Amino acid sequence: MAKAPQKMRDLPLTPLSKPSVASTGKTGSWRTFKPTIDLAKCTKCRICWVYCPEACVELDAQNVPRINYDYCKGCGVCAHECPMKIITMEREGGA
Amino acid sequence: MTQVIVETGNRVAGLACKAARVKVVAAYPITPQTTVVEQIAEDVEAGRLDAKYVRVESEHSAMAACIGAAVGGVRTFTASSAHGLALMHEMLHWASAARLPIVMAVVNRAMGPPWNIWADFSDSLSQRDTGWIQFYCADNQEIFDTTIQAYKLCEDKRVFMPAMVCFEGFILSHTSMPVKIPDQKEIDDFLPPYNPPWLLDVDNPVTHGSIVYPEWYMEFRYFMYEAMENARRLIPEIDREYGKRFGIDYGGHVEKYRCEDADLIILSMGTIGSEAKLAVENLRKQGRKVGAARIRVFRPFPKEEILNLAKNAQMLTVIDRQVSYGMEGPLHTEVKASLYSHEDSPLTAGFIAGLGGRDVTIHDIEMMVNKSFKSLQAGRVEKEVEWVGLRE
Repeated sequence: MAKAPQKMRDLPLTPLSKPSVASTGKTGSWRTFKPTIDLAKCTKCRICWVYCPEACVELDAQNVPRINYDYCKGCGVCAHECPMKIITMEREGGA
Repeated sequence: MTQVIVETGNRVAGLACKAARVKVVAAYPITPQTTVVEQIAEDVEAGRLDAKYVRVESEHSAMAACIGAAVGGVRTFTASSAHGLALMHEMLHWASAARLPIVMAVVNRAMGPPWNIWADFSDSLSQRDTGWIQFYCADNQEIFDTTIQAYKLCEDKRVFMPAMVCFEGFILSHTSMPVKIPDQKEIDDFLPPYNPPWLLDVDNPVTHGSIVYPEWYMEFRYFMYEAMENARRLIPEIDREYGKRFGIDYGGHVEKYRCEDADLIILSMGTIGSEAKLAVENLRKQGRKVGAARIRVFRPFPKEEILNLAKNAQMLTVIDRQVSYGMEGPLHTEVKASLYSHEDSPLTAGFIAGLGGRDVTIHDIEMMVNKSFKSLQAGRVEKEVEWVGLRE
């Protein structure tokens, strides 16, 4: 992470920030619904990877999608977009 | 080579955009601004201007596209009027707070209803607190010169703020007059390519406009305040340098006409300021010691120049082509605020005139001055705000 500003003149003229990993912590804790991919039926089309607004669908070397639950907020966009309809959304904590 | 052309205010605004070698123009047409962007589109299409012309679905999008282009590090231009400018409002704040030196021609038009396409300053003055520098022009030459000066000012690293170059719809926008267009090489020399402080660069990614918590927000606002104070200092410097190179300058913030020995000074903006000079001539023939001062820059407001004018004059007659409902004319408010710390301030009289394109004639101005002299004799202004020419 970039060095935190100490005084006014350390700031840029307008807010500019460099990319860093989740400066507000593990935002996956905000999640109400958790997506799970039925990998046995996955065609590796990568639609979920493209659509995830938080870029927390990661692909392995064989293009198999993995959800990073540290940062997935459970918006359900991947489940909505999945053409195979194999991503299920389940309430966290099983309630 | 310097050329003298005879063109409308709108065309001259477009020619200034071309002379400034603007790279991106995003605009949406609205009367009376339309021919500004229509003719720029022709320039781009014909290859006379090497720029990207972006057609958009609204003024809000026009400013958003200019913001994107400016963050990308290129010189940008747009133009609007009245309701179009109002629709841009949110993005105007964004442009200034993102510190982008966008220049926009505002062809002043009254706000409706009643629907009206003619001149007053209700559109641009409603945007007073958006952080845009505001210039007001009195003829087509000034539109050209101010646009070039505006880029020079806005792109200065001590400023990095956007500017509106305002001029009255139809009175200037659709009226042809001779304009001197300086040699392109000399303009290039005065206005070198924009050197942006940051770029959208995929190899060195940054997020622009990210969230800032209360601990640091005020500091960014202070930077904008400071930039406007820097602009206040630079405006006369740039105007003088322009004058040295091209033979025309405007006296910085305020164009003064026969103010040195004046008992009474007429304060106004835009073309009323030209009319006021003629009124001064007539009134001087009648033995009245009158001067005229035309406010060219409304933000940053030239409070020191107003104070200087007040040193000798006993009366200021302020003509507003706009009204702030629940108060008075906005120029009158600013003038009085500038005088408050001054001992023995002159009296001020505020007149609302010329709304929705109604003519403000030399005769009207003489009437305002004569009324003001009566107030001066009486030692008090009976009617603080007076509407001129109401059909009672």
